Amino acid sequence: MSVARRSISRSFATHLILGLYTIIALFPAFLIIINSFKTRKAIFRSPLSLPDSETFSLVGYQEVFRGGEFFFYFQNSLVVTVLSLFFVLLFGAMAAFALSEYRFRGNLFLGLFLALGIMIPIRLGTVAILKLMVATGLVNTLTALILVYVAQGIPLAVFILSEFMKQVSDDLKNAGRIDGLGEFTIFFQLVLPLIRPALATVAVFTMIPIWNDLWFPLLLANSEETKTVTLGAQQFIGQYVTNWNAVLAALSLAILPVLVLYLIFSKQLIRGITAGAVK
Amino acid sequence: MTKAVPGKKIFRWHIAVFLLPAVVVYSLIMVLPLFGTLQLSLYSEVDSKQIFVGLGNFMTLFGDPLWSGQFWNALINNIWLFIVHMCVQNPIGILLAALLSSPVLRFRGFYRGAIFVPTLLSFVIVGFVWKLILSPLWGVAPSLMDMVGLKSLFLPWLGKEAYALTALSLVSVWQFIGIPMMLIYAALLSIPDEILEAGECDGLTGLSAFWKIKLPLILPSIGIISILTFVGNFNAFDLIYVTQGALAGPNFATDILGTFMFRTFFGFQLQLGDTHMGATVASVMFLIILVGVCIYLFGIQTRLRRYQF
Repeated sequence: MSVARRSISRSFATHLILGLYTIIALFPAFLIIINSFKTRKAIFRSPLSLPDSETFSLVGYQEVFRGGEFFFYFQNSLVVTVLSLFFVLLFGAMAAFALSEYRFRGNLFLGLFLALGIMIPIRLGTVAILKLMVATGLVNTLTALILVYVAQGIPLAVFILSEFMKQVSDDLKNAGRIDGLGEFTIFFQLVLPLIRPALATVAVFTMIPIWNDLWFPLLLANSEETKTVTLGAQQFIGQYVTNWNAVLAALSLAILPVLVLYLIFSKQLIRGITAGAVK
Repeated sequence: MTKAVPGKKIFRWHIAVFLLPAVVVYSLIMVLPLFGTLQLSLYSEVDSKQIFVGLGNFMTLFGDPLWSGQFWNALINNIWLFIVHMCVQNPIGILLAALLSSPVLRFRGFYRGAIFVPTLLSFVIVGFVWKLILSPLWGVAPSLMDMVGLKSLFLPWLGKEAYALTALSLVSVWQFIGIPMMLIYAALLSIPDEILEAGECDGLTGLSAFWKIKLPLILPSIGIISILTFVGNFNAFDLIYVTQGALAGPNFATDILGTFMFRTFFGFQLQLGDTHMGATVASVMFLIILVGVCIYLFGIQTRLRRYQF
């Protein structure tokens, strides 16, 4: 009986600690979102209370959408993130397949060469990247951002995907070869569909830093036409620092897309990590 | 690559096609600029002409009073940032992961998801939210502290030279704790039940099972989160930039290598940007990270025993 009681008190302590930390983790985002729906007066008088019929107001959202730039920034972020993600997954999977499937001279060297980029941040090359982009006339284009993010994402993608590709059965691929399938068909039609969970894991790890990045948009593409939502929100805050309604609404809008994406991918993410992708 | 494996004398084009896009993009946009930056740090510009100065820029950075004061300040602040992460983020991350992996736990998915949420948010949001919460003007932090009777302890931490860096380090810990939590959680889940049951037969349960069985088995993962923290911290920039601006105030108290490199490269207020000194700072950061990664790869990782289940 004492054992049972001890296990109950232990599980109570576990829930207490996890619950407390959950509150700490969620509180700031919660605070921003509830206050974005309140009048200016209520934001200052009682920041911790929920909006009620008296204090409810959408004035912040109206102000954010008035100019219409926010939609535009959103579109830029979406284009950059989706295209970068597509190329990281495609190029990364192709290279991972070559490295894990074929034996050739330089295989080990190429693997190490690509793995180097997992540890060394691309940011340190910024000075020369900017020079390169100026020289090629790509400064202030979304192409510049996409190129940088593809280069940044490839190392981790190759590393994780080749771990998974090694697990795809050789018999299957050889059966395909006997049936006369070419190497490209084997890759696109046999192997890629089998490693879909791994692709989802890589997608999450690649997507979050790209969507949230401030450094490269600030340095490579800070013109009005190429601003991403992160850079736009940052400068919006700078301009409207006293207009709390608008700032809180802008922040709430910036939180939303990542949360939605996370909810979609979270199952895959956990499965990918626990499957030993990130050892 | 040009030579096929013995027995097959034909050149296998498909291998080259599979590898080419990744290798080309990666080499052109990442590897070459990294070496380009290292090279730029060895030159200087005089009368709009590039001249080779060897390690001169590094001498200036370490020795010239105009530069060295700021550089050492940024480096020391950066080390403090790393220490706070190692002492706060990783132990709490391990604790949360250990609690999450307890055998019968309800709402596991909810807790795990909630703790990971801050990691998904951009620095712009994180920085601004915490600036608002800690602001004496808005008064969320003081009124929360009032609830537990600690109001007298409230200070405008972000504005005080003595506390600003530690406060921001803790905000960064709050943001990134999801990463060690997830990786350790995955490592704990991969420990086979037989080992834990064998421990139980020998009387190891609960806490002693954690210290004597699980902790030694997850040491390689702790090594990985340590090196990830190291690289992340010595490459950090965004949080400081969005909360304190490029000047990393108050009075450079929160200046780290990332913000220092940004100011050097792009200039600020009256000082003009300097490509070559910017490249020099980036090269120093590169060397620091490289040394850290080498210590990890050759000094720590090879000594940790790996267990194959």
